[in-house]
Amino acid sequence: MAIVNLKKVSYKYPLTDSLALNKVDLQVKEGEFVAIIGPNGAGKSTLCYTLAGFVPHFFKGELTGKVEIANKDLALSALNEWVLNVGLVFQNPFNQITGAKYTVYEEIAFGLENLGVPRDEMKKRVDQGLTMTGIRDLADRSPYSLSGGQQQRVALTSILVMQPKVLVLDEPTSQMDPIGTREVFGVIRSLAERGMTVIMAEHKVEWVARFADRVVALYEGRVMMDGKPREVLNSERLLGKGFGISRYTSTAREAVKQGLWPKNRDLPVTLDEAVAGFKGGRK
Amino acid sequence: MKIKVNDLRFTYPNGVEALRGISLKIESGEQVAMVGQNGSGKTTLVKHFNGLLRPTSGSVLIGELDTRNKKVTVAKLAQHVGYVFQNPDEQLFSRTVGDEVAFGPRNLGFDSQKAQKLVDEALALVELSDKKDTNPYDLSPTWRKMVALASIISMDTDVAILDEPTTGQDAANVARIAHVVAELKKRGKTVITITHDIDFCAENFERVIALSQGQILLDGPANKVLGREEILAQTYVDPPQLARLGKRLGLKKTVRNQDELLGALKKH
Repeated sequence: MAIVNLKKVSYKYPLTDSLALNKVDLQVKEGEFVAIIGPNGAGKSTLCYTLAGFVPHFFKGELTGKVEIANKDLALSALNEWVLNVGLVFQNPFNQITGAKYTVYEEIAFGLENLGVPRDEMKKRVDQGLTMTGIRDLADRSPYSLSGGQQQRVALTSILVMQPKVLVLDEPTSQMDPIGTREVFGVIRSLAERGMTVIMAEHKVEWVARFADRVVALYEGRVMMDGKPREVLNSERLLGKGFGISRYTSTAREAVKQGLWPKNRDLPVTLDEAVAGFKGGRK
Repeated sequence: MKIKVNDLRFTYPNGVEALRGISLKIESGEQVAMVGQNGSGKTTLVKHFNGLLRPTSGSVLIGELDTRNKKVTVAKLAQHVGYVFQNPDEQLFSRTVGDEVAFGPRNLGFDSQKAQKLVDEALALVELSDKKDTNPYDLSPTWRKMVALASIISMDTDVAILDEPTTGQDAANVARIAHVVAELKKRGKTVITITHDIDFCAENFERVIALSQGQILLDGPANKVLGREEILAQTYVDPPQLARLGKRLGLKKTVRNQDELLGALKKH
C-alpha cells in the first residue's frame, strides 16, 4: 500500500511559463527509502516542496494532478494538518533554523511547542531526537555557533521529533563532511528500517547506491527513470544531462574502451563493485 | 602575492580555541585546497587572509601587509584577496547580475573602461554573459553561486578564496567551477579553496592542507597527502574515490584522476 501517491502532478511557479514538474507519477510504499537524483533545475526541490505541501500552499502557482499522502489529499488539506504527516528538511539549515531560540535544545522543541505537545512528552522526544542524531553534546549551544554540518543535524532533529510519517529531505548532506554524511545516511537508513518513509533529493550517487532502496531520476520536471539503484545509477541514459555519475562508473566506462573492464559486466557504482570488476577484467 | 602565517592562534569570544598554532607559506600562483572535518578550523583560517578575523596571537602576512595592524583594513585587504562565500545569498545584494559583478571593481576605484572589461570577462568565464540584466534572485541558487564567483573574479585580486565552491552543485556546474580554477591558475592567481569534495580537490588542486582541531595535520602535494589514509581519517577525510580504488587494486602510487588510474592499471 503506497503511503505517497502522486498522479500526473504538474506545477508552474507564479509568473513563470515553464512547468517545474511535468506529469510526475510517484508511488512510495511505507518504510521505503527513495532517492531523487537529477541535475540542478530538474525539479528535485520543487518535488520536495510539493510533498511537504509548500507547493501550492506557500509558493502558490498552478498545481494540477493529485497529491495524496497517508490517504489525505493535498488540495483538500490545510498546511497545518499536512505537516503532521510530512516533515521537510531543507538543503540549507540557515533556512530552517528559527532564529527565535538560544539553544539547540529549545530549537528542537520549537515545532513541538507549536503543536501543543505536553511538556513531559516534549522533553522525552527531544531527548530521543538528540540521541538519534548524535548531537546530545550540542544541546546547550546556540544554533548559530555551530558548523554547517552540525546545524543540519539540528534541523533534521527538529523535524524528527515531530514524528512525521513521511520524511522529505532536500540534499541534506550538501554542507557536510564525510562523517556528517555517513551519520545522516546512517540515521536515515535506520529510520526507514523502523518504518519511516523517506524521500531524499541527493547528488552523492555513491551514497545513494549504498543506502537507498530505489532511485528516481528527474529531468526537466519529468520522471526519466525509476528503479533499483543499480538499474538507474550506471545507466547510459543519464549521460550528458548533468546527472551526477559515480567516478567508478565513468572510469569503468572509459576502461571498457581500453580493454581494462570486461565488456559484458555491469558498470560499477560503488567501490566494491569497481574493485571486483577491475580484478576480474585483468585476468 | 605571498601569504605567510606564523604560529597563528585564534580564540572566538565564546572561548572556543579554533586555531592552535598554524604556520604555513603560500607562494604566489599556488592552487591550495584546505580539507578537514567540520569544525577543524578551515574557515577560521582563511577568514584571517582577508582580515575578517585577526590573530589572537601569532601573525598573518598578506604580501607586506601585517593583519595585526588595525590600519590594514578589510577594505585594503579586499584589493588583494577576494572571498567567495559558501552561501551566495550572504554576499549578493544588487538588482542585476551586471551591477553585482561591477560593484567590486567600481569600489576598488578602477576606471569605468577597465571595470567594464573585467565585468565582461568575469561574466563570460562563468557563462552568464546573457544574464547581465537579470536579478540575481531570479536565478537558481546554483547560478547565484556563479554570480558570486564572477563578482570576485571581476575584482582581479591576486588571491581568490573559494569557500565550498561545489556544495549543492550538479556535475555540469562542478565542471564549470573547475574551469574557473584552471583559468585563474593560468592568469597567475593564487586560488585557495575550502572543500569537503575530495574528488574535486584531487582533480583540481596541486597542494592539499589537511586540518584537524585547529592544527595542520598534513601539508604537501595532492598525491602525497591524499594517499595518507590513516592520518586523513583523524580528520574524517576519505581519500578520493579513484585513489581508494587504485589502492585496493594494489597500485603503489596514489592516483588523482581517471587518466592516472587507467594509465597505472595498464602498466600494473
